[in-house]
Amino acid sequence: MLRLEHVFWLTGALLIACALRDLAARRYAFAAFWAVLGACVIGGDAVQAALAAGDALPAQLVGAGVLLLAVLAGSGRLRRPPPLETSTATRGDVLFVPALLIPFGTLALILAAPFLVVNGTALLDAKQPTLAALCVACVVAALAALRVTRARPTAAIEHGARLLDTLSWAALLPLLLAMLGTVFAATGVGDAVAQAVGAVIPTDSRFACLAAYALGMVLFTLVMGNAFAAFPVMTAGVGLPLLVLQHHANPAALGALGMLAGYCGTLLTPMAANYNVVPVALLELKNPYAVIRAQWPTAAVLFAVNFVLLDVCVFR
Amino acid sequence: MNYWPLLGVAAVVLGFALRANPAATVVVAALVSGIAAGLNVPDLLALLGKSFVANRTLLLFVLTLPTIGLLEQAGLRERAQALVRRFRQLTFARLLIAYLMLRQLLSMLGLLDLAGHAQTVRPLLAPMAEAAAGEIDPQLDAQQREDIKALAAATDNIGRFFGEDVFLAFGAVLLIQAFFAERGIALDPRTIALWALPTALAAFAIHALRIALYQRKLRRGAQAAERSDAAP
Repeated sequence: MLRLEHVFWLTGALLIACALRDLAARRYAFAAFWAVLGACVIGGDAVQAALAAGDALPAQLVGAGVLLLAVLAGSGRLRRPPPLETSTATRGDVLFVPALLIPFGTLALILAAPFLVVNGTALLDAKQPTLAALCVACVVAALAALRVTRARPTAAIEHGARLLDTLSWAALLPLLLAMLGTVFAATGVGDAVAQAVGAVIPTDSRFACLAAYALGMVLFTLVMGNAFAAFPVMTAGVGLPLLVLQHHANPAALGALGMLAGYCGTLLTPMAANYNVVPVALLELKNPYAVIRAQWPTAAVLFAVNFVLLDVCVFR
Repeated sequence: MNYWPLLGVAAVVLGFALRANPAATVVVAALVSGIAAGLNVPDLLALLGKSFVANRTLLLFVLTLPTIGLLEQAGLRERAQALVRRFRQLTFARLLIAYLMLRQLLSMLGLLDLAGHAQTVRPLLAPMAEAAAGEIDPQLDAQQREDIKALAAATDNIGRFFGEDVFLAFGAVLLIQAFFAERGIALDPRTIALWALPTALAAFAIHALRIALYQRKLRRGAQAAERSDAAP
């Protein structure tokens, strides 16, 4: 019943509402930014349907929208608003209830999803029950928050929009990076990297191959921001032909530990935006690399441990 | 082999090195890589649009913002801080290490989106960590407060990543299995997850130790400040 497209419509409607609020406050750059983004989110299913039917025009329009978003972000007009004064009126610990409703409501709905079936139709999207559950939990939590704070319903939009403006372009960065990953894959960047690495290392040395694989996972993850994007490239280019086929490495151990080497890279790169850049905006930190600075010692030691494990485990 | 699309990677590195706007950098890199691969403009726009739409689930966190915004305005962060002050047993290190363990365990069960920077770190964990650190050293400066919030965010990331890879039915493990299956090597997902376990444990140990060391540094700073106050 609640399909993923409905979840996207609600998300898009919220973005459009934020755009209208920014328009009323004469923050035109923000208004345009959220309006374009909201339109792309709402129109997403229509775009995919048109693509499946062979019509590329809607997808091209979204592509043009992405360029417009980049121009707005690059123009420097999306400035963060000043932080808001919080209310001094104490409402007690009941404030925690709506906040905890989001995680625990989602969990309860995921567990209940197999039983929420009417006339053979699942009430929550059967393919993506987690996201549908998150959406329902967010709506319930917002209603609970309105009740607890005794605020007007428009205040929910008002304060949501304030947080969104605080995030500014960082809210969009994870999506843009995922898009870049797809574009890199489609244009053959991965194959070129694997080819280049394979041409440089001394392939007779087992250790050199292993080091190239682990460091390659880290480096490629640094660039792509995602170990999942690095894994097929490095494993097809180095892991499988050199380590598994030539040096008889155990593929299960190589895959698991190789992926984890990439995860160490994720802790170090601004390209992993939803983990390393979005929190900088959310926590209103001054140094754009503050989260990476807090993570690099853990990442470095863990990479060393993981590399020793690789060396010990994969050739058994 | 056409090596020109690698210019897209160079564009990313250059953009970050020059501290250009990251969102604009990423889109420019996609354009560079596409043009270098010989795509024409309509096909390139369609590729951008198609991959943008395919990844739009990454925007769903926006749905949490009205709730968090409302609660914060009503004083949620202040309540979270008051809670820490009431429970003196909940020291800075215990708070963050307990969160790390919980996040890792939940990720191992595949419950990745129960916690996160928007859902739990900004409204709860970061203010609680700040208050707990304030119990140790009442005179935290702006830089220390920033470090503490960043450490809270880092703790969430590390807990998430190094739990996720042990979860059988999702993400990393299935990607590894599918990759090798496509190339004629059949692997049991349970073996893959098992090989990830030692690193997951090491991640917990290393990060928990760093949190404990940070708390020790805070204690020493507070003691040094007290001594210099006591001295004439």
